[in-house]
Amino acid sequence: MDVRFTTAGDTAFNVEFGEGIDRPTNARVMALHARLKAAALPGLVETVPTFRSLQVVYDPAVTSRRDVQAAVEAELAHAGDAPAEGALWRLPVCYDAELGPDLAELSASLGLSAERLIDLHGSTEYFVYMLGFMPGFAYMGDLPAELEKPRRSEPRVRVPAGSVATAGRLTTVYPWESPGGWHLIGRCPVPLYDGARPAPVLLAAGDRVRFEAVDRARFDALSAEAAAGRFDPDTLRAAS
Amino acid sequence: MSAPSPTPCLTIVRPGLFATIQDLGRFGHQELGMPVAGALDPIALRLANALVGNPAGTAGVEIALLGPALKVEADGVRVAVVGPMALSLEREEASPQPLEPHRSHTLARGDVLKLGAVTGAAVAYLAVAGGFALEPFLGSLSTYVRAGIGPLGGKPLGDRARLPLNRNNAPPGTDVELPEPPDYGGEPVRVVLGPQEDRFTAEAVETFLSATYRVGKDADRMGLRLDGPALAHTGSADIPSDGLVTGSIQVPGNGQPILLLNDHQTAGGYAKIATVISADLPRVGRLSPGGTLSFRAVTVEEAEAIRRRQEQTIVAWIRAIRPVRPAGGVDLEALYAENLVSGVVDIVNGNGDILNREEMCGRAP
Repeated sequence: MDVRFTTAGDTAFNVEFGEGIDRPTNARVMALHARLKAAALPGLVETVPTFRSLQVVYDPAVTSRRDVQAAVEAELAHAGDAPAEGALWRLPVCYDAELGPDLAELSASLGLSAERLIDLHGSTEYFVYMLGFMPGFAYMGDLPAELEKPRRSEPRVRVPAGSVATAGRLTTVYPWESPGGWHLIGRCPVPLYDGARPAPVLLAAGDRVRFEAVDRARFDALSAEAAAGRFDPDTLRAAS
Repeated sequence: MSAPSPTPCLTIVRPGLFATIQDLGRFGHQELGMPVAGALDPIALRLANALVGNPAGTAGVEIALLGPALKVEADGVRVAVVGPMALSLEREEASPQPLEPHRSHTLARGDVLKLGAVTGAAVAYLAVAGGFALEPFLGSLSTYVRAGIGPLGGKPLGDRARLPLNRNNAPPGTDVELPEPPDYGGEPVRVVLGPQEDRFTAEAVETFLSATYRVGKDADRMGLRLDGPALAHTGSADIPSDGLVTGSIQVPGNGQPILLLNDHQTAGGYAKIATVISADLPRVGRLSPGGTLSFRAVTVEEAEAIRRRQEQTIVAWIRAIRPVRPAGGVDLEALYAENLVSGVVDIVNGNGDILNREEMCGRAP
């Protein structure tokens, strides 16, 4: 399959495996990412996986595009298209109307009941394609086709941290309070980013996520535990 | 007033407008969505570190707009400022003395270093010999304010903030100076086209490389909105989100380019017409609203050669650092030591009345 190299100045280039957002394309991105992480090429600063391309960052004071690209091409020949399977997480989410202010409008516009929307969202296993936008912001897919809906035309200035949201065929949990244009359908009581943890970001690209509906009382209890620093997020990691 | 600090530190006694701790960036965690951050003008930070004998990547204070005042709560603290910023020293019983940037100064316990307005560039840097005794986060002391990441709560330095000093690392030495401020050059900003130049009309690429753009008022550590001719896409401005670098020039649907700086997101969904070369990042990092720039395209190979030459130039600047020449100006330390200057300074700064001034002038020691 064709691989395209595009240029991001003299500090990075992209290895593009396709144009779309799909699992086979992303699997090739992740396979090369894993391969280059292990290879530790001289002058290679880091690699950044996204939906359909891997950004290779290098130090032009130490090496050159020609040398790094040659090394990447050599690794590419062995990278394959099947990266190791990531962790499976079970994230609690409360689909309370107050915590998911777009539930009613979104379900109405999709011609579904709110119950059906929640059922569809909660019964799918999602794949973390990439992180971006803010530390720990995971782009997860694929949302069931019945739930597909473009971003809101008017983004919100303030989306609460923990908001569970959808846009297009993707879903996410906002790790921070931030502006945002996705549809808010619930809230996760567990912080996806915690600077006090040795690994501050919970989800990694390549991980899988299942949402587990909790009621408001359970949401409040988990929120309180998390706020007091008594919640161990590792308990959310499922045996895969 | 707060109690003196038991640990050696610099204490903020008047906050500036936007001063943050920065090193050369938090690389290696962009896969988590963690922005790199780091010094907007890495050349200035490297030179400031060289002036106090620090390794190039030691964290310093990046100062935008107006600097803070810092009280020295340690003995013999060597500091240096690189960048277009006014600074002065307030020593006990004396009035403020202007200090020169682009050299080191050895400060005494109780001194107050007053950093003033940054004019002519967006940022200036303060380096302290030995650096700060702060805990790195993911291998870096860079501050990313938007998510509160970095030392001291990831915030700009506030009133009463204490910057603990790493005294064990403070290399001894006499005060030194750069023979002249660094020269950043004035030619068009050099870019490599791409990664998505094929998403733009040929006319848009030509316009981009010939027009003059002005930095709009939306300018911060995340990026600069550029005002100028709009750049037309061949189709949609949107792409599947892919990686961004400092220097990426992305163009949303309205056609107005945005030049991304150090606090840029790790990935973004707008087509990018070009990328500023690494050697010119310090120049664009110094741009403020109202500043103008134009672009010239080079190849990756040319960009790499320019960067290698620039590294040689920086090494030459650092090699040219020399002891401060007392003959070239007033030796402030000596004057303070002899207690000759404080009275005169009081008058110049308006602390004495006219009669006193005449009296002082007529009674030269």
